[in-house]
Amino acid sequence: MAETLHSLTALGHSEPETHAAGPCRIAERFDVALASLAARKGREADVERAAKAAGVPLPGPARWKDGAPYAAFWVAPGMWFVEAPFASHEDIVAHLKPAFGDAASITEQTDAWVCFDISAAELSPLLERLCNVDFPGAPDGFATRTVIEHSGCYLVKRGPGQVVLYGSRSSARSLLHALETAAASLA
Amino acid sequence: MTQSNRIAGGQIDRSRTFRFTFDGRTYEGHPGDTLASALLANGVRLMGRSFKYHRPRGPLSAGSEEPNALVQLRSGPRQEPNTRATVAELFDGLEATSQNAWPSLKFDAMAINDRLNTFFTAGFYYKTFMWPASFWEKVYEPIIRRAAGLGALTREEDPDEYDKGFLHCDLLVIGAGPAGLTAALTAGRAGARVILADEDFRMGGRLNAETLEVGGKAGADWAAGIVAELSAMPNVRLMPRTTVIGAFDHGIYGVVERVSDHLAVPPKGKPRQTLWRVYSRRAILAGGATERPIAFENNDRPGIMLAGALRAYANRWSVAVGDRVAVFTNNEDGLRSATDLQAKGVDVVAVIDARPGGSVLPGIRHLKGAEVIDAQGRLGLTSITIRQANGRTETIRVTALGVSGGWNPNVNITSHHRSRPVWDEAIQSFIPGPDAPHGLTAAGAAAGALSTHGALATGQAQAIAALADLGITAKAAALPNAEDAPISITPKWYAAGGKGRAWIDPQNDVTVKDVKLAQKENFTSVEHLKRYTTLGMATDQGKTGNVLGLAIMAGLTGRTIPETGTTIYRPPYTPVAMGTLAGRSRGKEFKPFRLTPSHKWAEEQGAVFVEVGMWLRTQWLPKPGETHWRQSVDREVLATRKSVGICDVTTLGKIDIQGTDAGAFLDKVYCNTFSTLAVGKCRYGLMLREDGMVFDDGTTARMGEHEYVMTTTTANAVTVFRHLEYCRQVLWPEMDVQLISTTEAWAQFSVAGPNARKLLEKLVDQDISDAAFPYMGAGSITVRGIRGRLFRISFSGELAYEIAVPTRYGDALIRALVEAGKEFDAVVYGTEALGVMRVEKGHVAGNELNGQSTALNMGLGKMVSKKKDAIGMVLSQREGMTDPNGYRLVGVKPVNPEGRLTAGSHFLEIGAAPVIENDGGWLTSKVYSPHLGCDIALGYLKAGDQKMGRRMRAVNLLAKPPTETEVEIVSPHFFDPEGERLRG
Repeated sequence: MAETLHSLTALGHSEPETHAAGPCRIAERFDVALASLAARKGREADVERAAKAAGVPLPGPARWKDGAPYAAFWVAPGMWFVEAPFASHEDIVAHLKPAFGDAASITEQTDAWVCFDISAAELSPLLERLCNVDFPGAPDGFATRTVIEHSGCYLVKRGPGQVVLYGSRSSARSLLHALETAAASLA
Repeated sequence: MTQSNRIAGGQIDRSRTFRFTFDGRTYEGHPGDTLASALLANGVRLMGRSFKYHRPRGPLSAGSEEPNALVQLRSGPRQEPNTRATVAELFDGLEATSQNAWPSLKFDAMAINDRLNTFFTAGFYYKTFMWPASFWEKVYEPIIRRAAGLGALTREEDPDEYDKGFLHCDLLVIGAGPAGLTAALTAGRAGARVILADEDFRMGGRLNAETLEVGGKAGADWAAGIVAELSAMPNVRLMPRTTVIGAFDHGIYGVVERVSDHLAVPPKGKPRQTLWRVYSRRAILAGGATERPIAFENNDRPGIMLAGALRAYANRWSVAVGDRVAVFTNNEDGLRSATDLQAKGVDVVAVIDARPGGSVLPGIRHLKGAEVIDAQGRLGLTSITIRQANGRTETIRVTALGVSGGWNPNVNITSHHRSRPVWDEAIQSFIPGPDAPHGLTAAGAAAGALSTHGALATGQAQAIAALADLGITAKAAALPNAEDAPISITPKWYAAGGKGRAWIDPQNDVTVKDVKLAQKENFTSVEHLKRYTTLGMATDQGKTGNVLGLAIMAGLTGRTIPETGTTIYRPPYTPVAMGTLAGRSRGKEFKPFRLTPSHKWAEEQGAVFVEVGMWLRTQWLPKPGETHWRQSVDREVLATRKSVGICDVTTLGKIDIQGTDAGAFLDKVYCNTFSTLAVGKCRYGLMLREDGMVFDDGTTARMGEHEYVMTTTTANAVTVFRHLEYCRQVLWPEMDVQLISTTEAWAQFSVAGPNARKLLEKLVDQDISDAAFPYMGAGSITVRGIRGRLFRISFSGELAYEIAVPTRYGDALIRALVEAGKEFDAVVYGTEALGVMRVEKGHVAGNELNGQSTALNMGLGKMVSKKKDAIGMVLSQREGMTDPNGYRLVGVKPVNPEGRLTAGSHFLEIGAAPVIENDGGWLTSKVYSPHLGCDIALGYLKAGDQKMGRRMRAVNLLAKPPTETEVEIVSPHFFDPEGERLRG
């Protein structure tokens, strides 16, 4: 077999970069495998059983739940995004399919998104300039779809100063620019 | 001049001195000053010229209701017109200029309008500029615009940034006077999440301008103490310099924070202003009240202002506006101005009290039952003429006059959902109506509680009630002692004197005469009064003039004020800069860019990009020596047709459709059938709208028994996904279908041309021979060990594939394709070459999928299956849409190969006149075909399928004069009509 293709991060680099902006640290994540998992009609119980057996958490609406190797956040009724370490689960669909069989529709989402870890002592001042999420009022583990810089994003609150943000991969640079600009205005 | 009118006390910081200029002259002021207070401290009363008559004007107020003192702040690109000097916070180096005056503020040539005032009455424009109609835009409007007006735009780009944001709270308190502070304190102590917004830079509202005590302390000190307590609460957000501009749906308020307006230049990275969208569960309007004047002849002289403003300048800003002062009032509050000024050592020469009888102020000449009927002093007040109760007139020498005709509660925001204020006889004003925006209540003066105690009590009560709605229990605290005197008002709207003009709405120069004329000409409805006279239509929305104007109309028509009614207010409460509304969405940051997986490589090659929606796609890739885009595009087309070309098609929408009903679902959304498609095959699909018009097209592949991948056009990727979700969730919720977009997950490249397979065979690990991977095949592959997908589909008419890998490998794949393609002289082509090849092949695209065309129009009528029901199928069969003589897609060639075609040209028969009756249709897409060596086009032609071989004219009616080319109508399939190449 000839040489393997090289990969680039959503921001176009061979390795993920971390950016400091104002009081915030914005780190691109390149180690997350992601898949959508949607229960097929009438198969919700099967999905729940399979998830339990496979160690896939299925949190309730607007929640993210950690686990090993899988973590997951709710995106729609009967639908979740499942996260796993990229190194071990590059073909995440191949890992999940055997567990769920025909009870769920599973689609690879890894490269549809850019993933940022955003951290600061307090992220409310940044996020209130970016999206209409009530961040201070949300509990840790809160997950929601929102719009930042005209793009649909998923925001997961890990703590008052810790957020995982998924944005559309093609506009990763524009999203980073929006994050950096807003963060710089907090300095 | 060094602050000659400055007096003791106040809330300015005298330890620091600011230098600023007005019309080029330098003055001094202090932190805590507004531009107006600083100018008044320096003896400057004349600050502007009026809109229509160019009358000399000084400030009428000390707040955001100011109609007169509009100035330009700063210079160069930061110049900002129409800034109210009364709220412009002074800073060191502030530069202000007057506006709407030439050659100078003191001598304004356009003041000739004032002499010609009899021509410029209400309805002047409507009566004068009626004909000829063609003169309106070209002659009349430019003249009027030059003659009237406010400040000027710089025409330079604003160098500052503006931001937007979102805030959430249980309770939004609008206004930080005694009512707002008490409401916020009550809610804050109860643990509610509170936002307290106030337009002033110092919270406290009127308490900062009064000498009244609250809880045994000076009102301003009490307010400062409450602000300090609120500041320490983590659940309370204090937002000074912040104006709530509007109430919108569902408890959302528009809020403008002036982050850096009080600085010469915003700090690096900081915005000038931020437009917040506040999501509040409940809101309390504690916006106070605005004093209104009494109309009398020449009541617009600089030096005549609202009585409350006169004492605000003295108490808060330590300014005596004049050395000899009089007060004209019809209520008890006006007397406070006289006593406060006298206490400050100002010579109060008279109080003209329109109310008859009652007690008189000690130590002041207090004239009961008297009125001011005229004022003198062109550039600044020198004297007033009064008429005493006994009818005797007298001229009194004064340099400042405070006028109080009562206080109008600031009901504005309560009207933003069309609630009509109701009349309160006791205070002779409108108060908020019963159907204010849901969740919004009013407290304090805004609710008509005009005493300090009333403000404190209603602020607390409304906060408790609002929180109770939310299930939050707030406790009533003991209220501090505060004055609770009634306003004791006797209506007085107009003190008639001679024949001169008495101003009602000073910003738009609306006078009592104008109201009388409106009444005479039967424009007596308040809505007609507003439009006919322009009352309340200026930038101040008539905050001081509206009630006065309609009260005068009520008097003229013999109706009561409630019978007369009132106009209502719209957002914004005060003017908002366009930059604030735009936020960061301007220039290159208007929208985000979407970059294709090959963008980095294409940039390195010097590609020319085109914006396709938010995507930046490669339009063509110039090679050294190519000086014209056509050279590049022709080369890309010819090389692809000769050997092989590569194009990034990632931008096409990709939707993963799974579920046991996926096939049946597709049968319903596409007009052709997909449930019968074999696994591992693709099919071209046509999607109709409910009305039968074509919505979108694309190829859908069946990847498994219950798994399809749909491709949409780039432009409709989001719209189609939304449509499918609607179908799934709303139309057919019983179907087992799951959808997810995978547009961004896969980097996808078209590889087209006779050598496409040979090229791909170098990269794909599996057998992709024609036998193993036939035409319209689809399946999973590996590309040098990396998971991928392959689709054998063609948009160019060539043997073609679309190959996809996870997006992170997209850059590597384009480089690998180019490298592997070298032996075949492969090219990478852009959207222009793509367009040429699809026109050569007769494929429809955006220009043909115009939302007004049917499958039949496109020559695809047979695709609409009658054997099943699908969206749009029934309505596509409507009479008129199946007209055999309707539009059909045709190919077009110039008869003379040198002839030029223009997209948008219309088909006309030879010799037919270019009139609509003869219109045969139009050219939708035109390209130059290097393969055919001439321009070619697609077009919609009436009965086009019956006109093959006919010669017609393609007329470009937009050219001046119109141009035309003789054309031949041909099949839209210019190239390889039998499709032999793509099956090769």
